[in-house]
Amino acid sequence: MIIRRTILAAGLAVAALAGTTALASAQEVVRVGIVLPMTGAFQSNGRQMQAAIRTYVAVHGDMAGGRKIELIIRDDASTAEQALRVSQELVTKDKAAILAGFGNTPAALSAAKISARGKIPQIIMVAATASIVDASPYVLRTSWTTPQMAAVIGQWAPEEGDAKTFISIVSDYGPGNDADAAFTKSLEAHGGQVIDHLKVPLANPDFAPFLQHVVEKKPDALFVFVPTGAGAAFMKQFVERGLDKSGIKVVAMADVTDDDILNSMGDPAVGVISGGPYSASHDSPQNAAFVAAFEKENNGMRPNMVAVSAWDAIDLIYKTLDKTGGDASGDVFVAAAKGAELDSPRGPVSIDPDTRDIVQNIYMREVKRVEGELYNVEFRTYEAVKDPTH
Amino acid sequence: MAKTDMTPNGAKVVKIMRRPVRWSLAEIAFWLLAVASVFLLPGQHLILTEIAGLAILALSLDLILGYAGVVSLGQAAMYGVGAYAAGLYAIHVTGEPLSGLLVGAAAGAVIAFATSFLLLRGADLTRLMVTLGVAAVLFEVANKAAWLTGGADGLQGIWIDPILGLFDFDLEGHTGYVYSLTVLFVLFVIARLVVNSPFGYSLKAVRDNPLRASAVGVPVNARLVAVYTLSGAYAGIAGALFTQTQQFISLDVLSFQKSADGLMVLTIGGPGYLYGGMIGALAYKLIQDALSGFTPQYWQFWVGLLLVIFVLVGRDRPRQFVIDVMARLRGGKGGAQ
Repeated sequence: MIIRRTILAAGLAVAALAGTTALASAQEVVRVGIVLPMTGAFQSNGRQMQAAIRTYVAVHGDMAGGRKIELIIRDDASTAEQALRVSQELVTKDKAAILAGFGNTPAALSAAKISARGKIPQIIMVAATASIVDASPYVLRTSWTTPQMAAVIGQWAPEEGDAKTFISIVSDYGPGNDADAAFTKSLEAHGGQVIDHLKVPLANPDFAPFLQHVVEKKPDALFVFVPTGAGAAFMKQFVERGLDKSGIKVVAMADVTDDDILNSMGDPAVGVISGGPYSASHDSPQNAAFVAAFEKENNGMRPNMVAVSAWDAIDLIYKTLDKTGGDASGDVFVAAAKGAELDSPRGPVSIDPDTRDIVQNIYMREVKRVEGELYNVEFRTYEAVKDPTH
Repeated sequence: MAKTDMTPNGAKVVKIMRRPVRWSLAEIAFWLLAVASVFLLPGQHLILTEIAGLAILALSLDLILGYAGVVSLGQAAMYGVGAYAAGLYAIHVTGEPLSGLLVGAAAGAVIAFATSFLLLRGADLTRLMVTLGVAAVLFEVANKAAWLTGGADGLQGIWIDPILGLFDFDLEGHTGYVYSLTVLFVLFVIARLVVNSPFGYSLKAVRDNPLRASAVGVPVNARLVAVYTLSGAYAGIAGALFTQTQQFISLDVLSFQKSADGLMVLTIGGPGYLYGGMIGALAYKLIQDALSGFTPQYWQFWVGLLLVIFVLVGRDRPRQFVIDVMARLRGGKGGAQ
């Protein structure tokens, strides 16, 4: 991979549309500032997003709405402080018309101020706290919200998953608490019950004492949400204690069995049930083409849900610019993006015109070995799920 | 009495005692350059604002490390509390910035004063642990008290009024930079007065040999409490300034990384002459920015490598360079006097 200031530029052949609508602005470049966590705690997400963006440009080129698109990627080091300054510089110095990226909630919220003041469309690729879309009227999201996933899991478990009593184990930080609250609410609304809420420290978690507690309480299942990397440690300790033979199921948020690390989790992960918006094994021609292109551009790397979200974010930018004839000004762009429907690798998605948040299918999946590799294999689809908190 | 009575050492002492009181040409040039940056580098004001804030944090550390010999890995405690205090003050009381700075200073000073007594209990290693622990505890408190601080999502809804009712904080960061630079200068002048006062000399005595200092009648513990509290106020102001220029706070302000950044830039610039933090902050941030623009994914490797080389080549270099330049300038002038 070439190391350099990553200015990715390429084009979309949209001659039919562009020819008629974009005569006035054809000369001007639309700059899109992309703020990614390339270093720090969320760097694995940053890599996936960068890879997806590179793939998108390789497939679709660098033209949209009759204008050339220039993507400028900057690192926020996984901190809100730097995300804010980098976003400010992208808008004031680099004249970026659109901001995108943002790997965690504080980063997204810090930059939302610039979006609101400068009327800059801000497209969220990862940050999953429901309230982000309220922070600026120019925020759009192509990822997911924590409650969107957790609520579906809470509905599926008692209705179809044959699991009514739960112990929830979540990492003790904002997203973990959000997931716990949304899951509990949904589960109880559908006739289940959370008998205990366990909060695990975020840094260097040791799950042993918590799992001991689980052994004593004997729930039907566990609800688990830990950041992507910690899932492997959790499943390893779960199996070591023989809990996999106890009949207690593991039902997790998609992050736990993320495609990025699923293969390295090995056999302990087999059988874990999770709810999420995307699996690399999703069965559709769009996804097959996406995975093939992604692997080709990135040395066989497997895309995960963050990569799909980044892909869809760039797709949303291109499609919206096609619609506005290259006009990226905040009000016009966001109005055109509202209600947009994308033919995403994860299935059909749309932007809710009321909340500017994503509406998408949430799939229940089970980890299985397919042709020697571990995949989240989808077995139940909940269609067009909206964020339940809005 | 007469100069001839003095031993060469005595004359040197007098010279050294007098030296820092006068503003040297190098110092004046430094601040003129800082003022010039306001007009000559309008495109860089955002990063310069961050540098000024980091410089104040490093200045607060210099007061305790460079002048009183107190090592700390927990300066983020006061910085973060100052930031949150200023943020909550802006949300719940008023968005007026200058009084917000005072609130940040008071909050930082209170935390520093309350925890300073822990510092009296041990030597360097204990102090490292204690300061680290205090910052870690406050971080966790802020994380848990989401109803007050916004927790991991950060504190939202801060709105800062124009400075003196005239200068609004703009998106390009011009106002923020001039404001930060002014605050840095004022704090620097105060620090300069303090360290060159009898109080400052007694601190240096404590730093060099606490036992001897107490033997000649310096109240060691009282001095340490006082300077740690002052340092806390400085760190609190740095935090408040961060809040006001960014109008957003995340838990990062209380993180270990923040303490480490402060200590690192002070080490780069060299402690004990007040300019170290500023020079270090400038060097570190500019290198970091250039590298992370050049290679967003691997810049930390290069920064790490540069730091290692820097330590191998010698940490005292920047300070020695400044001293040499100042000595040369003074030497030139001294001949004419």
